Amino acid sequence: MNETIIEARHLVKHYKELNALDNVNLSLTANRIYGLLGRNGAGKTTLMSILTAQAFATSGEALVFGASAYENDAVLSRICFIRESQKYPEDFHPQHAFRSAALFYKNWDQDFADRLAEDFQLPLKRRIKKLSRGQLSAVGVIIGLASRAELTFFDEPYLGLDAVARQLFYDRLVEDYAEHPRTIILSSHLIDEVANLLEHVVVIDRGRIIMDADAEEIRGSAVTVSGSAEKVDTFLAGRKILHRETLGSLASVTVDEALGSRDRAEAQELGLELSPVSLQQLVVRKTMAGPGATGAASKTNDFADDTLEARR
Amino acid sequence: MIDDSKPIFMQIAELIENGIVDGTMAEESQVPSTNEFAAFHRINPATAAKGVNVLVDSGILYKRRGIGMFVATGARAQLIARRTEEFVEQYVKPLAVEARKLGISAEQLNTMIERNSGLAPETGTDKERSAAL
Repeated sequence: MNETIIEARHLVKHYKELNALDNVNLSLTANRIYGLLGRNGAGKTTLMSILTAQAFATSGEALVFGASAYENDAVLSRICFIRESQKYPEDFHPQHAFRSAALFYKNWDQDFADRLAEDFQLPLKRRIKKLSRGQLSAVGVIIGLASRAELTFFDEPYLGLDAVARQLFYDRLVEDYAEHPRTIILSSHLIDEVANLLEHVVVIDRGRIIMDADAEEIRGSAVTVSGSAEKVDTFLAGRKILHRETLGSLASVTVDEALGSRDRAEAQELGLELSPVSLQQLVVRKTMAGPGATGAASKTNDFADDTLEARR
Repeated sequence: MIDDSKPIFMQIAELIENGIVDGTMAEESQVPSTNEFAAFHRINPATAAKGVNVLVDSGILYKRRGIGMFVATGARAQLIARRTEEFVEQYVKPLAVEARKLGISAEQLNTMIERNSGLAPETGTDKERSAAL
């Protein structure tokens, strides 16, 4: 039942001097919801483009359903890729886009598409170029869901969708996935919003995979310890520290390891406070840490903003 | 409801256990399906299934083929026994740590508990609890 449906081996993609993908190895199995996370420019879209045969790898191999997707109808007809800014023919109405999708995807469910269009309050008979940004995203989300393709990629499908519409998307995704299990790869910046939907998480940073683990394993794999700086540092001596913040004599330190019950009891005795680290915080810490972090300085605010927003 | 402190499947299992302990989920009654749990808590259905399966493995829930999941007879007593064992670690020790920090004596602490807990002074009359202990 859980056969491998995506296999990437030593994938490399160069754009002039930029290493968009730097030796990516990945193996994904069927019927799970994957999160593909990382900052802007980390290589998420490049990876999805290569897997769906919309871009060529510089070297390496990408197999989908056991074969290369390039000009391979047997593979492509089983894949649905919803891009962040999906383009449609100029004069199309949403209903034309849905009819085209119905021709291409053998599992297309028109009733489901109609219900979704109603949920998202999408005008079906308006020219697509007259739609708002959010309505345009809704067209993509509806196609991605109603196509019920065996392998569906959503590349940040929520641009312009408000919080209510995004929640609608997540709810419909979980409901429909439960009834029709398939492989979903969801790329998103809004990690807190999608974290609970994911079964497995792949984090890509500067073209490399830096995390590839089940969401449940990641949950609780890091912890933030805070209290008097002296005690925190003594307690954490020798541990793998991801992040350290101080405020006067207080310190708040995030470590990349789980604490056992004995450690927890000890922390309690010392009067230290332990707090969980969300997937989003962990991804932020991991993609900020390490050498070369200054390379993407112009984009450092992306995640910081999301985090701030999430805290409000 | 669901937070980041521990794996979601454990939290789902605990939520069901809470329902059994406080009596909202009676023994031999049907519990919601994993898909219903997933939709309600907005979590991955595989994760919800894992939480339910933890309880099936420990005999709290059992499966009726083609119908669904049910609360086993004796599940409540079993859970109460286990939670009573965990009570000291989870509640009493943290309480003691904070009391020590504030310089509260054991006597003062006892008085506070008696005044604020709403518990009957003689806990030994609770049949299930004394069975558990």
